[in-house]
Amino acid sequence: MLQTLWENRIQCVAVLIFAVGFSTLLLHRNLVKKIIGLNIMDTAAYLFLTSIGYIRGRLAPIIVGTDTDPSHYANPLPAGLVLTGIVVSVSVTALMLALTIRLYDQYHTLNLDEIYYMALREQEGGQ
Amino acid sequence: MNLSDVFMISLLALLLLSGISACLTKNLLVSFIIFMAYSVIMSVVWALLQAPDLAITEAAVGAGISSVLLFITLKKLRDIQKRSEDEKT
Amino acid sequence: MKKHNWKQILRQWDEGRFDLTMALPEQTEPDHAGPDLPYRWDRRDRVRALERRELRLFERMYPWLSALLCVVIVLWLFWAVAELPAFGDPQAPAHNQVMERYVGRGTQETGAVNTVAGVILDYRAFDTLGESHVLFAAATAVLVLLMAAGKEDGEYRRELAIMHTESILRNTVRVIVPVVLLFGLYVMFNGHLGPGGGFSGGAVLGAGLILYAISFGFDAIERFLNFRSYRATVLVSLCFYSLAKCYAFFCGANHLPVIFSAGTPGRIFSAGLILPLNLAVGLIVACTMYGFYSVFKRGRI
Repeated sequence: MLQTLWENRIQCVAVLIFAVGFSTLLLHRNLVKKIIGLNIMDTAAYLFLTSIGYIRGRLAPIIVGTDTDPSHYANPLPAGLVLTGIVVSVSVTALMLALTIRLYDQYHTLNLDEIYYMALREQEGGQ
Repeated sequence: MNLSDVFMISLLALLLLSGISACLTKNLLVSFIIFMAYSVIMSVVWALLQAPDLAITEAAVGAGISSVLLFITLKKLRDIQKRSEDEKT
Repeated sequence: MKKHNWKQILRQWDEGRFDLTMALPEQTEPDHAGPDLPYRWDRRDRVRALERRELRLFERMYPWLSALLCVVIVLWLFWAVAELPAFGDPQAPAHNQVMERYVGRGTQETGAVNTVAGVILDYRAFDTLGESHVLFAAATAVLVLLMAAGKEDGEYRRELAIMHTESILRNTVRVIVPVVLLFGLYVMFNGHLGPGGGFSGGAVLGAGLILYAISFGFDAIERFLNFRSYRATVLVSLCFYSLAKCYAFFCGANHLPVIFSAGTPGRIFSAGLILPLNLAVGLIVACTMYGFYSVFKRGRI
């Protein structure tokens, strides 16, 4: 098992980075830090997918000349999937940052717990 | 183990290190800069994994645009803070 | 802290008029809130809110539970990684007949030398269409969220006046930006021939526009990209993408000949629809990236 883990070290690093991002997302109180954690999680998932598409000794899936033998190229499918994902993740980041700015404008803090308590009180006060 | 394996392993170690330190740093500005470095290392890893499309995109998006957005957000948050302090006094 | 009348609370809960989070303290208006001043929350409110027993319990348990969740997920994923086929194994089940078809006959069928471009803009173009709409929706949502926050035109002018004196920045940017924009266009136009394509080229182009806007201000960039041209570019690109793919799907499903032929692979004008679709996607991505920057900076595009 350790042998397999050492051979799949890129996937192992992807899992570890995913864990780092996930724990930041869960444990950090600061909203901007949470966004960075989510970005790191994103890139970890993309790293995992890309490493699945790699085949040892083969080049990128860009056809050279008339050589269309599939056993000479890496897998283009994960790259195509991840390419769309990267651009979506930046738009998600922008959306979350805009929401953060609005929250800060309202509550003057980035701490999610304080925002939660304030919103709770506000809701009760409104009732 | 040949030279490219050593290069890959050192890149992976740097990736892990920069990811952890981007999450653990207290100062937000430092954290953003480490995140930029993380994106650049990730794009080199993708170039080594024979995915040049992803490498170009990540270098432009991760190190360029998301970091610019994060910096502007930080500046905007400081502006809001300054304005509210001005209103209080 | 007053004692609870648990019977009453249970009856209220049964009738649906009570939930556990509103268990404790009574509302007291803070003394510093005047009659017409907006009500401001300070740290005292937080302390008072922290007194609630359930929330305190939640706060105490939350870090442990989330750490436990992280550890469980990591162990689970490591177990999965240990069961995966070895890294770089050509016999792995991920490299099945789909990949053989895409690589082996992709150039012949789509005309694209870069197989990734052939996959994302021909075989799986519907996916990319949805993704361009996601970008458009995100830009619109950010615009809606931050439109009211951008009332700092005077401050922005002051910044611009400071920037006028930064001759190192300006002269460097004057040299760099044409190269960046040209590289973005190159990547966009060569998407079917080499690494790159609409997404990467559009991101590079957007980064170049942002760099230009940072150093020369928005007035310089509004000569060719204001809100009207932003709207027109994105709209025309999205409509062109949708119509072109509708046409291609219709013809493909009914076995009709398509006027966009695959051409000679390797030429710049080949690969049928992939070059114009790359241009459309690249323009959408570039406009969206610049739009994010502009909306974050001054509240409008």
